[in-house]
Amino acid sequence: MKAAFLARLQAARAAGRAVAVATRLSDGTQYLHPEDGLPAPLAAAAEAALAADAATNLAHEGAPWFIQPHNPRLRLIVVGAVHVAQALVPMALGLGFAVTVVDPRRAFATEERFGGGVTLVDEWPDEAMQALAPDTRTAVVTLTHDPKLDDPALEVALRSPAFYIGALGSRRTHAKRVARLAEAGLPEEAMARIAAPVGLSIGAVTAPEIALSIMAEIVARRRGAALADR
Amino acid sequence: MSDQEDILATAAGWLAEGETVALATVVETWGSSPRPAGSNLAVTASGRMAGSVSGGCIEGAVAEAARKTMAEGTPQLLDFGISDERAWEVGLACGGKLKVFVEKLEGERVA
Repeated sequence: MKAAFLARLQAARAAGRAVAVATRLSDGTQYLHPEDGLPAPLAAAAEAALAADAATNLAHEGAPWFIQPHNPRLRLIVVGAVHVAQALVPMALGLGFAVTVVDPRRAFATEERFGGGVTLVDEWPDEAMQALAPDTRTAVVTLTHDPKLDDPALEVALRSPAFYIGALGSRRTHAKRVARLAEAGLPEEAMARIAAPVGLSIGAVTAPEIALSIMAEIVARRRGAALADR
Repeated sequence: MSDQEDILATAAGWLAEGETVALATVVETWGSSPRPAGSNLAVTASGRMAGSVSGGCIEGAVAEAARKTMAEGTPQLLDFGISDERAWEVGLACGGKLKVFVEKLEGERVA
């Protein structure tokens, strides 16, 4: 790999563009998709690799090729800059997520509480969520426990293709939440997407343990792991 | 991807420091290989290592092969893991099988 090629790849990744590297294994020849305009079969394989987020091999004109996708980082949007969020954020960063914490209460979403490496947003959750526009590579977790903050965020999340939507709160709290969201016009199928009580059932008690259970559930969802019913 | 997992960034940093760097990439796996295709190991001629292409079983052999690629500039496609009986010999005690592509990171020529 030439240094100039690596620099182009790193620039694309830093800009959050979805790119793929195609390497001819017989001699190391490399192309960057889509900017280098690959031959059609290789371009199609690169698109498929990006969609599946998995590397792939193929033969093209008698030579073996390896295609490695580089998708933008997965995103985690945390609503509620609370104690559990403080434990969740470093864990999510370590797992490779780009993390945004939303909380309109100025005393909570502070750099002192969260350090660098995370985006802090102090807008109202519905506005913030509209702007953040969760996509298929986004997980959303609401942690405020306050319907005024959690509900508007969930409404936006449930109308998005976010791959994971979790809400902190007991079964009782969640039942009330579902009733409120139904009143707001969300269909039952939408409500079924909410992971609640949030996180895998590992008997978590402390904030880091709850954060671990949430990240474990997000990873499981992302990887399509079969899990026991809640 | 976190910095810790961003082997390409680490490799680019080493290159910028003037190190001679090779990048190894898992390109194909069969059976119970611990690291998926696309996993990277970066090594330098001076002996620095970052990332992995297995659970630690074949990194030594890959680093050894990378010395040749760093010296000659020619990429290599390495095969590891043949059968369960020979797994210990080649280093993959888990019985997995994988192909690793090793390439040199070619810095800009300084005249």
